[in-house]
Amino acid sequence: MDILEVKDLTVSIQGKVILKNLSFTLKKGESHILFGPNGSGKTTLIGALLGLPSYEITSGKIFFMGQDITAKSTDERAKLGIVASFQSPPEIAGVKLADLLKLCLGKKPEDSFSSEEQQLIERFKLTAFLGRDMNVGFSGGERKRSEILQLIFLKGKLLLLDEPDSGVDVESLKLLASELQRYIERTGSAALLITHKGDIMDYIKAKYGCVLLNGNFHCFTDPLRMYEDIKNYGYEECVACRRRNTGGWNFEQRK
Amino acid sequence: MLHADEETLEAGILSKENELTKLPHKILEEAQKVGIEQDEKNRSATFFHLNQDTVQAKVNELFEGKIELMDVKTALKQNPQLEHYMWRLVDREKDEFTRKVAADYSGGYFIRILPGVEIAFPLQSCLMITKRNIEQRVHNIIIAEEGSNSHIITSCLQHSTVDSAAHLGVSEIYVKKGAALNFTMIHQWSENTLVRPRTGIEIGDNASFVSNYICMRPVRDMQMYPVAYCNGADSRVSFNSILYGHKHSQLDIGSKAVLNGKGSKAEMVSRAISREGSRIIIRGLIEGNSSDCKGHLECRGLLMDDDSFMQSIPELTARKKGVEITHEAAVGKISEKEVAYLMTRKLSRDQATSLIIRGFMDVSILGLPDALSAETKKIIDASTEAT
Repeated sequence: MDILEVKDLTVSIQGKVILKNLSFTLKKGESHILFGPNGSGKTTLIGALLGLPSYEITSGKIFFMGQDITAKSTDERAKLGIVASFQSPPEIAGVKLADLLKLCLGKKPEDSFSSEEQQLIERFKLTAFLGRDMNVGFSGGERKRSEILQLIFLKGKLLLLDEPDSGVDVESLKLLASELQRYIERTGSAALLITHKGDIMDYIKAKYGCVLLNGNFHCFTDPLRMYEDIKNYGYEECVACRRRNTGGWNFEQRK
Repeated sequence: MLHADEETLEAGILSKENELTKLPHKILEEAQKVGIEQDEKNRSATFFHLNQDTVQAKVNELFEGKIELMDVKTALKQNPQLEHYMWRLVDREKDEFTRKVAADYSGGYFIRILPGVEIAFPLQSCLMITKRNIEQRVHNIIIAEEGSNSHIITSCLQHSTVDSAAHLGVSEIYVKKGAALNFTMIHQWSENTLVRPRTGIEIGDNASFVSNYICMRPVRDMQMYPVAYCNGADSRVSFNSILYGHKHSQLDIGSKAVLNGKGSKAEMVSRAISREGSRIIIRGLIEGNSSDCKGHLECRGLLMDDDSFMQSIPELTARKKGVEITHEAAVGKISEKEVAYLMTRKLSRDQATSLIIRGFMDVSILGLPDALSAETKKIIDASTEAT
C-alpha cells in the first residue's frame, strides 16, 4: 500500500517557487534517502508534507494512505500519522521536555510515564532533561535525541527525518538510528530521510536514494551507491550520469 | 441594600473567632484560589483583613515565639515605638494615595520575624474586598530581624461578586542584617478595581529580599513601583513578576533598586502578556551608587493583538566606578515557528498558543520557595486556561 503519494507538487516560499511538479510515492515499510545540496529544497519538501504555514502549495496534491490531505492543517496531518524530526527545533521557554513527551504520547501533564516509556527515555539519555525547557541549552546531539524520541512516542506512520544525523556524535547516531530502524520494522511505517552523510545508512535500511536538485528529483537508485557517486563526482555529475533506474521512485512514469 | 454575601460576612466578623474556618465558605473559596490555605496546616501564621477590618491575626502554635503577627494598629498600641517604622521607607507626601492612607486607614499587618529564626512554612496574609464601592486603605509593616529566614505569601483580592472598589496599600519592609525574606504577592482584583500599592524595602548587610509578584486576573487600573534600598554591604534584592493583562487591564508595574551598599546586587525579571485591549507598562530602574554593585534587568513581553499595548522602560544609572548594571528587553508576538512545531506534535493552533503562553509565564522565573511553586503554577494555569 502507498503510505504517501505526491502528485505534481509545486511549492513556493514567499512567492518563490522552490519545488516544481514533484511526484513520487512511498510504500509501507520503505525508507528513502533524500540527498541534495544545501538550499535545494529538501527541507521545503518536508515542510510542505507537514503542511507548515510558510510553505505554499500552489499546485498538485498530497495523498496519505489514499486520503487527499493537501488542505489539511499540520495538527490534522500529525493526528493522521505524518510526523517529523526537525533539523533545528525551536527553543520553547517554560515548556518542559517531559510535558512535550507526554503530549506526543497523548497523555495529560499529570499522567506519568509507563516503565517501558521510562526505559526508552533512559536509553535516549534524556532522563536528566525531562524537567528542562525544550531545547534551551541542549547540545546538538541532545536536540536530535529528543526529536527522535518524540517521533517514536508520536507513533507516526510516515516519518520525515530532516538531518537527524547532523551535529550528532557517533554513539548517539548509532542509538537514534538503530531505534528508528527498529521502530520502522516494528510498525511497518515509511520514512523519508534527509542526510548529507552516509553513516546513518549503516543502521537505517533504505531501499532508494534520490537527489533533489533545481526543484525536482533526479535519479534514484541504491542509496549507498548514490552516496559514493555524490562523494566522488558531486551532485551535478551524479545527476548527469543518467544511470537512471525506474524501480522505486516512479516520478518518471507519472510525467 | 446589603450585598447577598454581606450579611453572613458581618456575622463572621462579629463573632471575631480567630479561626479561618469560621469565615463564610464563599470567602474562603475565593481566598483559596489565590493560595490562602484554609486549614492553615502548612502555614506558619495567618492574617486576614476583610474590607476594613482585621478578622484574623494568628500564629500557628508550632511557630509561637518565633513570629509576631497582629493588626498594625494593635501593634502600635502595644508598642508606640513602632511608630518609628512608619513612613520611613515610603514618603507620606508622595501622592494623593499615600496622603489618604496617612489620613485614615483601617489597619494592616504587623509582622515581625524574630532574630535568628527560620520559618519553614510560609506566613499567609489575605487582604480582601467583598463590599461594593469601598476604598480599602491599609498600612503594613514587616520586620525580618537579624539572621531570620522566612517567606510570606500575601494575596489581595476582590470577591467576584463585587464590581467596583479601590485598594490603597502602604507597605514598609525591613530586612535586617543577615536576614532573608521571600515575599510573594498574588493579586486577583477585578475589572473595576483601582489599585495603588506603595512599598519601600530596606535591606541590611548581607541580607536578601526576594519579591515575587503575580497578577493574573483583569484589573481596571493598577500602578505600583516598589523601591528597594540595598543599604547594607552585600545586600541583595530580586524583583520577579508575571503579569497577565487581559480584558482591558491597565497595568503600570515597575520596581526600583537603589544600590547603596558595597557589593550590593539587584535582579529584576518580568514576563508580561497583553491582550484584549490591555495596556501594560513595565518599568525597571537600577541605580548603582556604590562601587562593585551589580544589577541586571530582564523583561520579556508578548503582545497578542492590535488592540493591546505594551511598553518596556528599563533604566540604568551608575554613579560610581566599577558599577556593573545591564538590561535586556524584548517585546513581540508569539513565535510562529514554535506554534508550527507544536502543531507537528498534534496540538491545534489554539492549544499550541496556550501552551506557549503558559510556558512563557513559567513560575521557575520566580524565586519561589518549593512550598509555593506548585501552588502558584496551579493558579497561573487556571487563569490562562479560563481565557
